[in-house]
Amino acid sequence: MSVGLLFDQTRCIGCGACSAACKEQNDLPLPIEERTTAYTWTIVAKEDGANIRRLCFHCLEPTCVSVCPVAALTRTPEGPVVYDSKKCIGCRYCIMACPFGVPKYQWDQAVPVVGKCVMCIDRVREGKAAACATVCPTGATMFGDRDALAREARARIVKEPDRYVDHIYGLTEAGGTGVLVIAGVPFASLGMKTDLPQQPLPMLTWQVLSKIPSFVLVWGVFLLGLHWITGRRDEVREAEIAGDEGREGGGDGMIRVVDEGARRSGGRGEDGR
Amino acid sequence: MSVRAAARRAEFRFGFYESLFGIVVALFALVSFVRYTRGLGATTNLSDEFPWGLWVGFDVLCGVGLAAGAFTLTAIVNIFNLRRFEPIVRPTVLTGFLGYVLVSVGLMFDLGQPWRIWHALIYWNPHSVMFEVAWCVMLYTAVLALEFVPVVFERLRLERPRRIFKMVSTPLVVAGVILSTLHQSSLGSLYLIVPSKLHPLWYTPMLPYLFLISAIAGGIAMTVLESYLSKRAFGRHLEMDLLEPLARGMVVALGVYGLLRIVILSRNGALAGLAHPGYEEGMFMIEFAIGVLVPVGLLIIDRVRTSPSGLIAASLCAVMGFVMNRLNISVTGMERASGVRYLPSWMEITVSLGLVALGFAAFALAVRYLPIFPEAAVRPVTQPGALPDRARARAALSPESET
Repeated sequence: MSVGLLFDQTRCIGCGACSAACKEQNDLPLPIEERTTAYTWTIVAKEDGANIRRLCFHCLEPTCVSVCPVAALTRTPEGPVVYDSKKCIGCRYCIMACPFGVPKYQWDQAVPVVGKCVMCIDRVREGKAAACATVCPTGATMFGDRDALAREARARIVKEPDRYVDHIYGLTEAGGTGVLVIAGVPFASLGMKTDLPQQPLPMLTWQVLSKIPSFVLVWGVFLLGLHWITGRRDEVREAEIAGDEGREGGGDGMIRVVDEGARRSGGRGEDGR
Repeated sequence: MSVRAAARRAEFRFGFYESLFGIVVALFALVSFVRYTRGLGATTNLSDEFPWGLWVGFDVLCGVGLAAGAFTLTAIVNIFNLRRFEPIVRPTVLTGFLGYVLVSVGLMFDLGQPWRIWHALIYWNPHSVMFEVAWCVMLYTAVLALEFVPVVFERLRLERPRRIFKMVSTPLVVAGVILSTLHQSSLGSLYLIVPSKLHPLWYTPMLPYLFLISAIAGGIAMTVLESYLSKRAFGRHLEMDLLEPLARGMVVALGVYGLLRIVILSRNGALAGLAHPGYEEGMFMIEFAIGVLVPVGLLIIDRVRTSPSGLIAASLCAVMGFVMNRLNISVTGMERASGVRYLPSWMEITVSLGLVALGFAAFALAVRYLPIFPEAAVRPVTQPGALPDRARARAALSPESET
């Protein structure tokens, strides 16, 4: 079982209690900014009058976790994708690769770290709900078992098909996410990415990386073999030359070398002409 | 008069290039101070929307790619046993080594917390392309250092260690080729994870192959250019008898690369977009023309390829096209999805220029004090097997020079 959040866009009144609770829970400095930053992990954005929360989607197979060279980002068994600032070297591959554009950097710091929503992992481990869901006055953000939330989302859409767009965002996007969103207007108009692959992105690089051990073995044997063959070829040739010289005298051997060379260059250069 | 004596005589001249070097290095030092005291935001035009810029696109992607001549040349000489190319191995390995050192220095600027770079040694994530690149680059820099250190031994007349290193040269070369094929291609794999961000003119599952092939071509082109520059600086002759066959290899690599890209683009439909060229299409066409069409077009003409100026012009195009390709992938192709336009700040440009300047200076110093070029070197005892090959090589070239 892994936990998640369900955000029902139609129930959100844009009060911003979630952002404030997030700041307090995670010891983040005020103010609540216009957009998510390394210091503001969640906001309620207004898109054409519609309220939509911005926060980490907590992918089931997170891109950020797969790209991080030092494993500073991990997906916990409970579900939240968390970040260990003590490991991070600041390569910013997570920021570059995240399909949702979630991780942010402390660009203003001389010793910067990444900032992103961690779904209040400390609270989750204590068996509590994420702070944003706890304070939400309308229940627009719900915390719970991700699969149960998916069923709830489906039930709401089925019950009120006129109220909702018939899509649960996050069910399959990027292979599925812990945060699910249902909405009354098309997701593209809410500023959400709608061109994402439906498969987990880490597969794209893993199918290359997983071949490396066998590649190293085959390629190494091939190169050593090639080295041996070409070296042996030259040895044999020298031995032949030495043999010829022994029988027929040095001068003839030299001619053979020249012949050999002429033939080689002919094979490369003059055949084409 | 030996080349080194000539170089020494020019030592105290303080001309245009030396002044330029002084200014660039002074600015470089200034920007370094700002970078480490005020952070990346104060130094760069990077943002959450555009987290990778010039320092990744140029310093890392181009630095590593253009240093590929080292593994190509060592493979030609050691794996294929074409010993006649030996005279240009040393400068190429030196360029490679300096290239990788500069990439590491560049990372000291680009990483948010560079003092933690060693974390990749202890915190493993085998699922990360970056992790693999980090290890390969680290190991290959060590390999290049080991491949180069016999030159230093030779200079110091340390015969025994030099001979020991000669013995392990083949395993070193094999390790170097494996590591290079891995990370040269993996720099392309870095971008496999952003199918919805990188423009279809550059995104393809074939990126690792394209990066490897273009690095081989770019590495050869750099070898040609570096021969030319050392020729200019140290009054050496251009080894046309060696560079010309290498140029043939470059034509093959660029040809395969160009065809592959056209096939990929016609399959994913991006080629059709060229009919109505916008920003990305324009940049792609310039890149492809400079980097592939012009050099291939020039080099397939025998008269151009065998003339020093023709070869140099074609190689310069290939290198510029290579740089443009890497910048198009890391910058141009990522802009649309990011929603912002990125132009490097003057401080970012200063750091990149400073690295290039330091590279030139280090190369010049190494050439001055170490036996890099055969004329300058105290000729070592000819290795067994080298003589017949060289005789053959000389014979091989004689019909060529008659035509």
